[in-house]
Amino acid sequence: MPDRVALFATCVGDLAAPGPARAAVEVLEQMGVTVEVPAGQSCCGQPALNSGFPREAAAMARCWVATFEPFPAVVTVSGSCAGMVRHHYERILDGEWRRRASALFARTWEFTQFVAAYGEELRPRLEDTEQGTVTYHDSCHMLRNLGERQAPRDVLAGIGGVRLCEMRDPDICCGFGGTFSVKFPEVSTAMADRKLDQGQATGARYLVSADAGCLLHLSGRARARTAAAPAPRHIAELLRDALAASRGQGELR
Amino acid sequence: MSGTPHGRSRALNGRERVRPRRPEWAAPEYPPGAIPLPVLAAGALSAPGSAQTTERLVGLDRELNGPGWSPEMAELRERGAAIRRETLADLEGYLAQLTGRVEANGGVVHRAATPADGRAIIAGIARDNGVSMVVKSKSMATEELHLNRHLEEEGIEVVETDLGEYIVQLADERPSHIIAPAVHKAQADVTELFGQAAGEPVADDPNALASLARDRLREDFRTADMGISGVNFAAADTGTLTLMTNEGNGRMVTSQPRVHVAVMPVEKVIPRFTDLATLLPLLAHAASKQTLTVYQTMVTGPRREGEADGPERLHLVILDNGRTRLPGTRYEEVLACIRCGACQGACPVYRTMGGGHGYGAVYGGPIGAVLSPLLADGAQHRQLPFLSSLCGKCYDVCPVKIPLPDMLVDLRADYERDRRGGRAARLAWRAWAAAWTRPLVYRMSLRAVRAADRILGQRLLSRFPGARVWTRTRALPPLRRVGAFRAWRRKRA
Ligand code: SF4
Repeated sequence: MPDRVALFATCVGDLAAPGPARAAVEVLEQMGVTVEVPAGQSCCGQPALNSGFPREAAAMARCWVATFEPFPAVVTVSGSCAGMVRHHYERILDGEWRRRASALFARTWEFTQFVAAYGEELRPRLEDTEQGTVTYHDSCHMLRNLGERQAPRDVLAGIGGVRLCEMRDPDICCGFGGTFSVKFPEVSTAMADRKLDQGQATGARYLVSADAGCLLHLSGRARARTAAAPAPRHIAELLRDALAASRGQGELR
Repeated sequence: MSGTPHGRSRALNGRERVRPRRPEWAAPEYPPGAIPLPVLAAGALSAPGSAQTTERLVGLDRELNGPGWSPEMAELRERGAAIRRETLADLEGYLAQLTGRVEANGGVVHRAATPADGRAIIAGIARDNGVSMVVKSKSMATEELHLNRHLEEEGIEVVETDLGEYIVQLADERPSHIIAPAVHKAQADVTELFGQAAGEPVADDPNALASLARDRLREDFRTADMGISGVNFAAADTGTLTLMTNEGNGRMVTSQPRVHVAVMPVEKVIPRFTDLATLLPLLAHAASKQTLTVYQTMVTGPRREGEADGPERLHLVILDNGRTRLPGTRYEEVLACIRCGACQGACPVYRTMGGGHGYGAVYGGPIGAVLSPLLADGAQHRQLPFLSSLCGKCYDVCPVKIPLPDMLVDLRADYERDRRGGRAARLAWRAWAAAWTRPLVYRMSLRAVRAADRILGQRLLSRFPGARVWTRTRALPPLRRVGAFRAWRRKRA
């Protein structure tokens, strides 16, 4: 296990959802890892790329590579951003930068991948079993650009007192899609509703995901709609709370 | 538009009695761009029956795409993908070979550069042969030509004989899916439609509806002067045109009338007849998880001396419509498409909109969002690549591994590069990248957002352009926590 990692909090972590990044730091530290948060980080560039501006995205990509290159490993709390680094950096960068990006990607981890690989010593446990029913939403980019379906499920299975109730279609898109969510708001919202409805049908208390973007969208919709929905929650926060609970510190919320 | 009330066709009998109910954007000749795409998409989503269609499509997707690729099928997929790319590496070469073979087999080959050329060629063939009634089997290429309307204007009756196509023809709509053109129609819709055409109520039962259509179509196969079909694969080495159908109508259309016109876009050519061993089961699997379709019709020339049936004349129309510009570009692989429709049913955006009409193009769904802007008349469709959440499922299901999601991203860049008035957006993104690649400026921008939140509050913030659209159906994230993670780190340090 790398004993020092750089955490990529993502722009969503800075702007809208600081919780997952903080939780990830706490979990990683409990694993005995020294966590650094490089000050030069901002965004992986995905918003620009998907809006049709690959050159601007490439500028962000070079900045990202330069920022995280000095570290032995990188952990990010967003599967989509990890997918961007893995799949798209080699498409928008060339020459030396492409080589550097792929070398860096080889030591870049999505949070649950890192925990699934090195977290066997952790003994997270949620005492209150009412808290414990969760359903998991596969982020499209984590699933397809990163090819990761199993790690988050392994992490959930490792939390005592947590029961994973899969929804009918865990791998259908939640409708966020970055600019798609504002270019085609009705379609995007209908997709979020399907996701939340399926989550609700499982009876789960939390709709867990490992992707900041999906969660931003799903929580925004869950709060605005009248129909009931499980609370969207980042897997790092669930894990952190379970660790806290199992150590008797009770940081449940 | 309704056809001639008193034509020869039995299948179209009573067509004038059908009371059109479709939205204007479902029409066969919907003029692209007539409605702004976001409005069209929202309209398709909320159209009557759309939610029902979504449910049907979701169920179908589970059934068809749930199991994923078995090792055997994955191997077939690799082989198919390789064959299609081999074809594209020498597209003109294979087309020349195909042309030579079809001619040697006694057929006539036409190259149509544009849809207008294609229409003129086919209308000419009809005129030369004194044709007044045409039966058609499924062909998306003829949709590109808007062929039916054109032939009708020439006074020719055109009868769609694929059940789904027949349904959308009666309803005066265009197909909403490549292989399941009437997938947006519920059984009750079909019952109502057939009842109107028949002039009396018909049984609301799938078998009864199918036999009603079969009954009405049967006569037309025999009396039509000309059959028009699509082509699934055209083997360059033998000149064999293969059609795959489940209803057998392809066989009737290509064998009963005295003239057969097959229409294919350039990319339907394949190098060898033996490639069908890979491509037929691959297409059947991708389209409907069948081992093989019920019928594969192979046409190698018109009727020969001593043969019992088959047309006297065979014409092959090869349509370009901008496609031959693509080899050698980063969109080349879109021509590997074998039109299975898998990417459509797998697409959550397509499903949510209740099918393909909401794309406002001949081809909807992911393949449509990629192909439509690349065709000769693509200018009207250049916004289509944005009508995707980029979830990537289309690539997972594509039997020939076309990187549709990457192409959607690249086409967005092309759009932004070329569009008029795009300068402001480019400058904004450039400024964004310049700011966010400088740590100090990035942190200042975080602080600015927090200040804006404090000063204006969420109510006012929700009125900003992007936020306004977002907050119509979704809550803004609590912006008072902007930068909270960094602050927490600093405090601990
Ligand atoms: S792009 Fe692929 S999945 Fe879509 S219709 Fe073509 S072959 Fe089928």
